[in-house]
Amino acid sequence: MPEVTSGDGDGTPPEEDGLDDGVRVDMISGARMEGLTSMEKIRLILDGVRDGNIVILEEGLTPDEESKLIEVTMTEISPDEFSGIEIETYPKSSSSSTGLFDRLMGKEEQAQKLTVIGPANQIQTLHKDENLISALVSRK
Amino acid sequence: MGLLTNLKQSITRVTDGLFASEEPKRIGIYGPPNAGKTTLANRIARDWTGDAVGPESHIPHETRRARRKEDVTIERDGREVTIDIVDTPGVATKVDYEEFLDHDMEKEDAVRRSREATEGVAEAMHWLREDVDGVIYVLDSTEDPFTQVNTMLIGIIESQELPVLILANKIDKEESDIQRIANAFPQHETIPLSALEGQNMDEVYEKIAEYFS
Repeated sequence: MPEVTSGDGDGTPPEEDGLDDGVRVDMISGARMEGLTSMEKIRLILDGVRDGNIVILEEGLTPDEESKLIEVTMTEISPDEFSGIEIETYPKSSSSSTGLFDRLMGKEEQAQKLTVIGPANQIQTLHKDENLISALVSRK
Repeated sequence: MGLLTNLKQSITRVTDGLFASEEPKRIGIYGPPNAGKTTLANRIARDWTGDAVGPESHIPHETRRARRKEDVTIERDGREVTIDIVDTPGVATKVDYEEFLDHDMEKEDAVRRSREATEGVAEAMHWLREDVDGVIYVLDSTEDPFTQVNTMLIGIIESQELPVLILANKIDKEESDIQRIANAFPQHETIPLSALEGQNMDEVYEKIAEYFS
C-alpha cells in the first residue's frame, strides 16, 4: 500500500516526540482528507489510532469508507496489542437523508459529520444522542 | 454526477429489477453480536426447509463464518419468494479475546476465537458491499440501539440502496423495548419478534415476502 508522504506544510500529523504523559488528539480538516483515496484515509486514521491517538475528522467518512475501515481494522487486530477501534458520529437524523429527486439531480449525500475515532481500550462512550457525544478518554 | 447519468442509472436499476432472472435473492442477516441472527436464520430455515443453518450460543461471535442456506421458499398471502439466507457474523469495531475468558474459555481458545471472529466480521462487511441483494437487520430489543455499529451499518445498507427489514428480536424478555428501536431508525419499519420462541413469525414472513419478492 502506498504511503502518504509528508511534504512541507501538507498537514500530515507530526511524529510524536516523547509525549507519554497525555493523549494526543489529531483534528483532521475536511480539506486535508479531500485529496486522499479511501485507503489513504483509512491508513491515516488507523496509523494514528494504533499509536494511541484520538483522531477527529471534521467531515467524517462515506458509508463505503466506513465499511472498509471496519474491514481493515479487523485484519489488524492482534491479541495484547490492538483490540480495535471505538468510533463515534452523531446518529443521522431521518430528515437529512438524500431523496430520490436529489439523487436524480446528481446531489449525493455528503458525509460531513464530525467523527471521533480512538483505540477501543482507551476511549469509552458515556452518552450519545443526535446532538451530543460524551466520551471518556484514558491514557495508554 | 450529471442529471443524465443519474437518470440512466436509475432507469437501469428499475429495468434490471423488472427483468431480473428468477435466481434466488441473497438476503443477509446482519446485526451486532448476540442479537439472535443465527437463531432467526435457523427458525426461518427450519420452518421452510426443515434444516438448520448453524449452531446458536449465548457467547458472542459464535458465528464466525458467513453461512448460506440456499433456496428457501417462503409463501405468504399469495406472495412467494425464494431466497438464499446468508447468516453473517455479528459486526463489531473491536474484538478483545479477554471478553471470551469470562465465558470459561482457556486463553488459547479465546485468542483463536477472537482471531476467527475478526476474520468473520471482515467477511461480513465484504458480503455486504458485494454479495447481498437485501438485508434483514436484527437487533436485540433489550439493548440500546443507538450504537455506532448500528448507525454505521444502517448507513452502509442505505447507501447501497438495499431493501432492509429491521427486526426487534427477543420480545419474550421483560426488558424488551420495541419503541426504542423504532425511534432509532424512524426511516424504516420495525417488526417485533422472538426468534427463540417463534413469536410474531407470521408478520416476519409476510414482510420478507413483501420486501424481497
